[in-house]
Amino acid sequence: MEAFKHLIDTLSKPTILVSFTFIIFFFVFPPTDWFEKWHKKLKFDGLWSVKSFWIITALLVGFFVTGLSDPDFRSIMLKPDNVPIAGLIFLVFFFTWLSMHQAYNNDKLIDAGKPVDEQYDAPNDKVLVWPDLVYIELITIILFSAFMLVWSIGLPAPLEEPANPSESPNPAKAPWYFLGLQEMLVYFDPWMAGVVLPSLIIVGLMAIPYLDNNKEGSGYYSFKNRKLSIAIFMFGWLVLWNLLIVIGTVLRGPNWNFFGPFEFWDSHKIEALTNINLSEFVYVKWLSTGLPGNILIREIWGMILLLGYFMILPPLLAKTWLKNLFERLGVARYSLFIVLILAALTLPIKMYLRWMFNLKYIISIPEYFFNF
Amino acid sequence: MPEAKEKKSVTVPPASPPPAALGKIDEGSQVSRRSFFSWLSIGWIAFVAATGGFFTMMLRFFFPNVLFEPVQTFRAGYPEDYQAGEVDLRWKGKYGTWIVRDGEGIYALSTVCTHLGCTPNWLAAEQKFKCPCHGSGFRKTGINFEGPAPRPLERFRIVLADDGQIIVDKTKKFQQEKGQWGDPEAFLKV
Repeated sequence: MEAFKHLIDTLSKPTILVSFTFIIFFFVFPPTDWFEKWHKKLKFDGLWSVKSFWIITALLVGFFVTGLSDPDFRSIMLKPDNVPIAGLIFLVFFFTWLSMHQAYNNDKLIDAGKPVDEQYDAPNDKVLVWPDLVYIELITIILFSAFMLVWSIGLPAPLEEPANPSESPNPAKAPWYFLGLQEMLVYFDPWMAGVVLPSLIIVGLMAIPYLDNNKEGSGYYSFKNRKLSIAIFMFGWLVLWNLLIVIGTVLRGPNWNFFGPFEFWDSHKIEALTNINLSEFVYVKWLSTGLPGNILIREIWGMILLLGYFMILPPLLAKTWLKNLFERLGVARYSLFIVLILAALTLPIKMYLRWMFNLKYIISIPEYFFNF
Repeated sequence: MPEAKEKKSVTVPPASPPPAALGKIDEGSQVSRRSFFSWLSIGWIAFVAATGGFFTMMLRFFFPNVLFEPVQTFRAGYPEDYQAGEVDLRWKGKYGTWIVRDGEGIYALSTVCTHLGCTPNWLAAEQKFKCPCHGSGFRKTGINFEGPAPRPLERFRIVLADDGQIIVDKTKKFQQEKGQWGDPEAFLKV
């Protein structure tokens, strides 16, 4: 048992956990034909069968039930604020499984030349609003209200001492649905992670109908017709949003250090986290000259890197890897698409740079409140 | 799109309202072009006045008549009250200030993290200020060295009064990244 807990704690180290997720993700949701080949070879397409659903649910339940015997795990998971996260893990898995199950079913039906599940067969598919729909809605309202009542009585919101600006709770966690954003704030300047990137998320979501000119799979679940779109969306939704929420809830402890789910929250845990900026890497570590006084000379390397990332990489990709996509989308759609994708990818890139090299900011101009 | 996805089409007769539903037009109550425009202008003027009034009142809320803010300048006792090498926490709760004495003198650090404004904790064993919100860490001098904080903690103006007591003036801030820590009022030589 101890060995198992230790294994889970080790696997929960951010570098291992996130690298493992990143690699496995694209074999589960293959964006290209090459990945799909391996997806089938590795039998990941069996993941969306009914049998797999029960196996994975049983494994998850088993993990939580055995885990609750551990006092540290129990104190995290049974905290009233964190109970929704355990629910979230099950619900996200259930709905992902459900949609993918339907998509794979439809893919099979399409291959066999049969109509998809969602095909609307008028007028035989008609149901009446009253009583069919209204009745279901009524029952749902009653059941949901009863559930919320029981939940709020069973796990009441804690009544704590009056707020005191000079005492921040340790760790000070955002509401659970914002923990992904809080995790993002660890790697970016508050301006970036608090304003620019969240706006880009909203803009990006609004842009989807304009960027996606693939008419296949519209109005019914299907995976094979929109592999890339689904892989990109699922990456943002499952990895960059939900995984970060789970990391923020379960793995972040006192002083915002990383802890394993079975590890004691020691508020004096020592971690070497001395971070330095790219300019310090260049001028202090590699050139050994000391930081230049001129801000522009000091930050020129970071600016070149960032300009290259956002200005040179997109046309380069359009000529090589993303040639087909570029031709399908056209210049305007492609430009918006690639800038949004690259902006989203700055988050995992910066997470890795922080974990592996203790890099703080690529461009750091605290004199003018600009850090990236 | 696969052939299987073909939908059965349902023919809907083109919509044309029955003549009776339109009703008779009452000649007498018809609004003329001139009166329509005058009503329109009145409506717009009323709308602009109402919204303008609303926003004026809202703007007024940003300038309250009385501000219940703690005093920004306080007396922090005598230099002898502070031990060299110690971070003093006694003014943290009331004035949001840490007073630190090192071998050469005394300085007053702001307790506001430069990342997102939480209050870090002084960890004496580790000799660092550590913010519980995103893990920013600051050395005893206030220099940021871990986590996302982009700049060092701010220092307050610190001078001696005529009676020999220390005066900390929070209205004047000194920022290291702007080279202001060298200012004589940012550091009290003892």
